[in-house]
Amino acid sequence: MRTLNVSEIVRNIKEMCIEANHFLAEDMKCAMKCAAEQENSPLGRQILNQLQENLVIAGQEMIPICQDTGMAVVFLEIGQEVHFEGGLLEEAVHEGVRQGYTEGYLRKSVVKDPLIRENTKDNTPAVIHYEMVPGDQVRITVAPKGFGSENMSRIFMLKPADGIEGVKEAVLTAVREAGPNACPPMVVGVGIGGTFEKCAVMAKKALTRPLDRRSDIPYVREMEEELLEKINLSGIGPGGLGGSTTALAVNIDTYPTHIAGLPVAVNICCHVNRHAVREI
Amino acid sequence: MEKYVNVPLMEGAAELKAGDYVYLSGTIYTARDAAHKRMYEALERGEQLPFAMENNVIYYMGPSPARPGRPIGSAGPTTSGRMDKYTPALLDLGLKGMIGKGKRNPAVRDAIVRNSAVYFAAVGGAGALLSQSILSSEVIAYEDLGTEAIRKLEVKNFPVIVVMDAEGNNLYGD
Repeated sequence: MRTLNVSEIVRNIKEMCIEANHFLAEDMKCAMKCAAEQENSPLGRQILNQLQENLVIAGQEMIPICQDTGMAVVFLEIGQEVHFEGGLLEEAVHEGVRQGYTEGYLRKSVVKDPLIRENTKDNTPAVIHYEMVPGDQVRITVAPKGFGSENMSRIFMLKPADGIEGVKEAVLTAVREAGPNACPPMVVGVGIGGTFEKCAVMAKKALTRPLDRRSDIPYVREMEEELLEKINLSGIGPGGLGGSTTALAVNIDTYPTHIAGLPVAVNICCHVNRHAVREI
Repeated sequence: MEKYVNVPLMEGAAELKAGDYVYLSGTIYTARDAAHKRMYEALERGEQLPFAMENNVIYYMGPSPARPGRPIGSAGPTTSGRMDKYTPALLDLGLKGMIGKGKRNPAVRDAIVRNSAVYFAAVGGAGALLSQSILSSEVIAYEDLGTEAIRKLEVKNFPVIVVMDAEGNNLYGD
């Protein structure tokens, strides 16, 4: 048994909110650089170069990469040998978000009630996903999610008879409908299987997988590659203004499902696919 | 075609064509979801708007907070389609331009043509870069809305692309 004071959670989450909103992870930076070099359309290249410049300014001047600094999505993979002390874990996560968004000059984009819509003024609460894992470490992923692309995400409750072609068509439909609204080039997270909510959480988590890592399952890897190619043939392009770079990656995760169902969730992320990861 | 244009758009909106790369200099106003809702409700009650629409340009944007000594934080466009419900009424009052990102509905396109206005896109997700073209920012209405308050911005060579022009052309396609 390892004892961990929740003040460690507060401090790390605070730092990670600020880090994720100013610096993209290496895999994202790499993908953006490659895209700028390979884009066919001159206007598309110009936009991708501006996005490169945007990343440099963000890091040097400490201005958030995007003004939509997101709703803070936090994945906690908690080793089952860990015992927390010093307060409630959940409150510690919210406190870390509160401190990070306030002290880091990040935008407060969360409203207290979805219909009454009064801003909470500190970007809390976070959306937290817990997972118990072996060991005595805690792996924290902070993924601030902007809503330009979140609004274009979809869930499809397909029939088993729709099969793999139905799944591909669902992903392509979501991407086509997202078009310029989702700030392409986008990253496409897909969850296939499980239940209604399970596939949505898988799609969200798939966005945090490094872009250069493909699925371990051969048919899923093939589908990731095929869909990326098809999406980039759509012509939507950077900023939705035409070109050969519409997506940087398609990350698919799967889970067992019911004999009667084939749930598919498509969570779209813009090119500001933010995620900071720490193990403590 | 690259063009340098002053804002408010006195006469020039009708000359801008879909696909033009434009640098805007002058005064523009920010308003997004909550401010549009309030302006729309004010019009329904027959009240005056916080600023006159004539020849002005609205930027669909809610900035991140400014660090000390800076005019503004990150300042890129938000998705325009959420404002579609409110936009034709503002265009009919003389609004000449909008800056945002993403598709508009047919009612907005018709109102753009009817009023010889223009819809620009700024690069979504380039808020740090775009903030460099904003010289000053002042909240002029609805301060309680925080990031969604109406701001008056002075901009210099603010980079945008004409997506929809007064002839009904649409760079995104239909």
